[in-house]
Amino acid sequence: MTRSDIRVGVDIGGTFTDVALDHPGGTATCKVLTDYAEPERAILKGIEIAAQNARIPLSDIGQVIHGTTLVTNALIERRGANMAFITTEGFRDVIEMRSENRFEQYDLNLQLPKPLVPRKHRFTLNERVGPKGDVLLALDPAETQQMARRIVESGFEAVAIGLMHAYANDAHERMMADALKDLSPDLSVSLSSVISPQMRELPRFNTVIANAYVQPQVSAYLNRLVTKLRGSGINAPVFMLHSGGGLISVETASEQPVRLLESGPAGGAIFAAEFARAHGIEKVMSFDMGGTTAKICLIENGSPKTASTFEVARTYRFKKGSGMTVSTPVVEMVEIGAGGGSIASIDQMGRIQVGPRSAASEPGPACYQRGGVEPTVTDSNLVLGRLDPDNFAGGEIPLSVDNAFTALSDKIASAQGIEVTEAAFGVTEMVDENMANAARVHTVENGRDIEHFTMIAFGGGAPLHACRLCEKLGIDALLIPPGAGVGSAIGFLRAPFSYEATRGLFQTLSEFDAGAVNAALQAMEVEAREFVEQGVRDGRTTTSLTAFMRYAGQGWEIPVPLPHKAFSGCDVDEILTAFEEAYRTLFGRTIDGLAPEITNWSLTVASVLPEPDAVHRQNGRDAATISRTRVIYDAALRRDVEAQEVERRSMKSGSAVDGPAVIVEVETSTIVTSAYRAIGQPDGCLLLIRKDAS
Amino acid sequence: MPSAIDYQIMWNRLIAVVEEQATTLIRTAFSTSVREAGDLSAGLFDRQGRMMAQAVTGTPGHVNAMAESVTHFVREIGMQNIFEGDVFITNDPWLGTGHLHDITVVTPVFRKGLHIGFFACTAHVVDIGGRGFGPDAGEVYEEGLLIPITKFAERGTVNPLLISIIRANVRTPDQTVGDMYSLAACNEAGDRRLQAMLDEFGIDDLEGLSDFLTESSRKATREAISNVPDGTYRHTMTVDGYDQPVELVVTLKVDGDRLNADFSGTSGMSAFGVNVPEVYTRAYACYGLKCAIAPSVPNNTGSLEPFEISAPEGCILAAKRPAPVSVRHVLGHLVPDVVLGALHQAMPGTVPAEGASALWNIQISARPCDPDSGLQNAEILMFNSGGTGARPTVDGLSATAFPSGVSTMSVEATEHVGPITVWRKDLREGSGGAGETRGGLGQVIEIEARAGYDFWFNAMFDRVDNPARGRDGGRPGAAGRVELTDGTPLKSKGRQKVRNGQRLRLSLPGGGGFGDPEKRDRSQVAADIEAGVVSPSRAAKDYGYSGENS
Repeated sequence: MTRSDIRVGVDIGGTFTDVALDHPGGTATCKVLTDYAEPERAILKGIEIAAQNARIPLSDIGQVIHGTTLVTNALIERRGANMAFITTEGFRDVIEMRSENRFEQYDLNLQLPKPLVPRKHRFTLNERVGPKGDVLLALDPAETQQMARRIVESGFEAVAIGLMHAYANDAHERMMADALKDLSPDLSVSLSSVISPQMRELPRFNTVIANAYVQPQVSAYLNRLVTKLRGSGINAPVFMLHSGGGLISVETASEQPVRLLESGPAGGAIFAAEFARAHGIEKVMSFDMGGTTAKICLIENGSPKTASTFEVARTYRFKKGSGMTVSTPVVEMVEIGAGGGSIASIDQMGRIQVGPRSAASEPGPACYQRGGVEPTVTDSNLVLGRLDPDNFAGGEIPLSVDNAFTALSDKIASAQGIEVTEAAFGVTEMVDENMANAARVHTVENGRDIEHFTMIAFGGGAPLHACRLCEKLGIDALLIPPGAGVGSAIGFLRAPFSYEATRGLFQTLSEFDAGAVNAALQAMEVEAREFVEQGVRDGRTTTSLTAFMRYAGQGWEIPVPLPHKAFSGCDVDEILTAFEEAYRTLFGRTIDGLAPEITNWSLTVASVLPEPDAVHRQNGRDAATISRTRVIYDAALRRDVEAQEVERRSMKSGSAVDGPAVIVEVETSTIVTSAYRAIGQPDGCLLLIRKDAS
Repeated sequence: MPSAIDYQIMWNRLIAVVEEQATTLIRTAFSTSVREAGDLSAGLFDRQGRMMAQAVTGTPGHVNAMAESVTHFVREIGMQNIFEGDVFITNDPWLGTGHLHDITVVTPVFRKGLHIGFFACTAHVVDIGGRGFGPDAGEVYEEGLLIPITKFAERGTVNPLLISIIRANVRTPDQTVGDMYSLAACNEAGDRRLQAMLDEFGIDDLEGLSDFLTESSRKATREAISNVPDGTYRHTMTVDGYDQPVELVVTLKVDGDRLNADFSGTSGMSAFGVNVPEVYTRAYACYGLKCAIAPSVPNNTGSLEPFEISAPEGCILAAKRPAPVSVRHVLGHLVPDVVLGALHQAMPGTVPAEGASALWNIQISARPCDPDSGLQNAEILMFNSGGTGARPTVDGLSATAFPSGVSTMSVEATEHVGPITVWRKDLREGSGGAGETRGGLGQVIEIEARAGYDFWFNAMFDRVDNPARGRDGGRPGAAGRVELTDGTPLKSKGRQKVRNGQRLRLSLPGGGGFGDPEKRDRSQVAADIEAGVVSPSRAAKDYGYSGENS
């Protein structure tokens, strides 16, 4: 192993900063508390601990790979720059009018999220570009100079420029940017034609605004981080995980911070994808459950599913439409307000409801004994025997069964006239239902059948719920990898260098302009390659092309994978065939008599990853060592059962235990229900298989 | 025997099942209004025809219509003629959802050979023949093909005669018939999930579960109604209508846990297709009442039945056959404003002021100026919303649909669809009705044909002569306006031409204000001035605001 093989991944989350260090002896991990004032301090502390454990001097570290929720948090908490937005006259309010609908039909007092840039800071230019890039109203240079003076004199820290159809012709955006740079060379200026050159003004404007909003802050932070690392003798290049699940240089990240949205969760999906590839599993649903939310991602053929848009900062019960849609390449995840801290209550119809309100870590669930009085999912798991009160988080947080019992009794059981155990069962079952329902809808939206998927579960809460979730979803196989507590940080180390370039270039198949398409694709490839080569020189790369297509008149497009090549007019049939195949996969049929068209293009250049070592699946030769038996409640059987308790570290390759069982480790516990059997795997994974599955 | 917890879990699951059913339909339907505007619905019923769960979609207009539909099917087909593999269909406006474009498909659910319930779904199809989508027909016969309640398939075999009649009568046979298959397929998807749930819980019928959720919902709804003070509350609202003003009149009677809304006194039918079948009126009236009284109770027979709603046959809100009803949504969207106005007397401080309410959808037909130019015709559809009424404690929503749940389309995407330029689509300054809380702003849209084209548009815009009124001293929102940018006024109803070089300007209505404008928080008035949504002179006049020291 050379110096460049020693790599460290760092994930800053809301509570913990996780570090994973790949070194010749294996992977060293650690968790330290996130430092909100100076996040880089916690990073350095974590790296030092991990390096010490691995017995590696800091100067031997060859690469630092970082992901952070900083950008997401800045948007949620509205802690961004004092900024201006410059747009086309007549379109000042696009970001305020949104999609003109209400995301909750029955709430008369519904409030829509406020735009990031208030109306008084949104300015307009008399100019207009048409859909094909034709100039309908030319921009007067004198107007740009006047505007630049106005902006600079007002003292804005950042400026976003988003003009109509700028993805098709960026001349006016560049004119305006030049005028600003002439007056104030250091001003942070973001252009929609650079940040998100795709058709549809609302997501493009949102994206360029989000970028400008966080740019000064993120750039300053990354500068501090690099300086701090250098000061400690880490001279290694720093790379960032972007939301699409690949790596970009810290310089690119400083210019396009919007690409860092959700990079932590993307790391989790890559983590799961690595195991999917090692185990040779084609269709995987990853399931990550923490304290407040659960996240689901589909992974097919070893790659997490990606999307071209993403809704950030949902303001209303995680409801679709209540956030801000940005168009940046992203690992597609469904987020549900369901975690260990989710609070249970009784609604108007006398039904148990769980979440999305969460007791979070302060005061935390009632059983944490920190003043929480409302019953949570964790309290219910405790009452049902699924958590060991004396051994939670390695014994660091003693849990009070009495408190959990009281909270459930007061708030749920007495109102329902049922036993506390039954109430606890109702709570966990309802939260499992909510997650299962979200998973089903997500697979339906993607034209898939969930029964054919394998689940890979990680995150503190997932191993407690995953097996029951599989029962509900009809999934036969469940994989629980080791190191799941720092899964995202490990995932960072398995990510390729990649960059996805996007363009809005409208084409109908009947008038397909191969020349225009090839020119655009070539420019996109140059752009993408430039970013990727900041990370890998001379390394092998792959290039993949996706066209976003629809039938004329339809409101949304579907991604259609196309071969990456120079197109000619003769390729129209091939494109049509690819579209029809993609359409049929999603919707079960094609439509005669409607003309297909292409709206946006995406081209990804990525480094080729080494294949993970194949894992030879063990079917269970030996009985695992049973530490003791304890009583847990089995949801499918609706009764208490005697479960065998096994230490996770004793689940060696080939060790097997039949459910009902509890496999315990410091970070979490895995519940094996009566219908499943757990088998230790050579790579430290637990494989849970339905007993009656062949 | 399932426990109460089991029933709660199954109820939760059923709501997910119908949401999944609706999702399947949205993804496979052809019509823009299904995909973009959620103009569809999906629901599960027990054997008696009680609706157990309904997906929340973009159209409140299907709320009661769906709940009542299965009863009509059972009556027409006869219980003894329902077989496994059957699929029923209709688009009868009076039995379905109010106009011929909405197709309702009902599929009986069988378990172990026994009939236990139904799945039903409705979606708007691209074309149903006749004159096309518009208000110009004199009778429903001109509006397209009416499919009476009949079997689309019997014991798994599709009726070939029905298919060929439909194909021969519509402009888009592949899409219209394709949507019927999609509707049937989405019911099948629901059926698979339901059967899996019944397997999981080891039960073979829906009656126990249906009793449980119907009774829980009825009880919760009745409790909510009993919190409304008893009394009789009458309210009137005048709207533009098609060619003459329409009076919408409602009388709300609340007595304990009973509530009755009756539309006696409402104007008679129109000669144009703005008439509303009663089922659609009931849906929007119920939606408005439910939002204010019991918003969190899921839609099912138990939660809908306590709202007793009626309109005398022959009024414009209970049109008689064979009245034209194609664009019944315009008046339908105004119904919640009038029932909420009545409810305001009973529950002051709960409901919003009047809003723009009716959507300003515009269908544009771009035509070459020179027919011999070789340029193609193009059709462009845009959904646009004005402002909603101010709420008692918060401002109205600007350029946002209510009661409909429609989304607008991207201007950039629209300009790819056809040869038009949208020069402006932004908030209409000064259009929100003044009040302690301000009405939502309307919007201004300016449209011009691109080189070589003229365009026609079909106007069906309300609140031009009768703006949204405020409540409790709040002022009305700005009235809508239809004109050319050179100031030439145009009609708010009917087909009109805009020549190349001219620009159409639509100024959408604002919402009414709530409460005395003089009481509005001065910092909010200042913020409105700063944002440019209220001018300093209007602030002085409407709000008595003369600067920071006032």
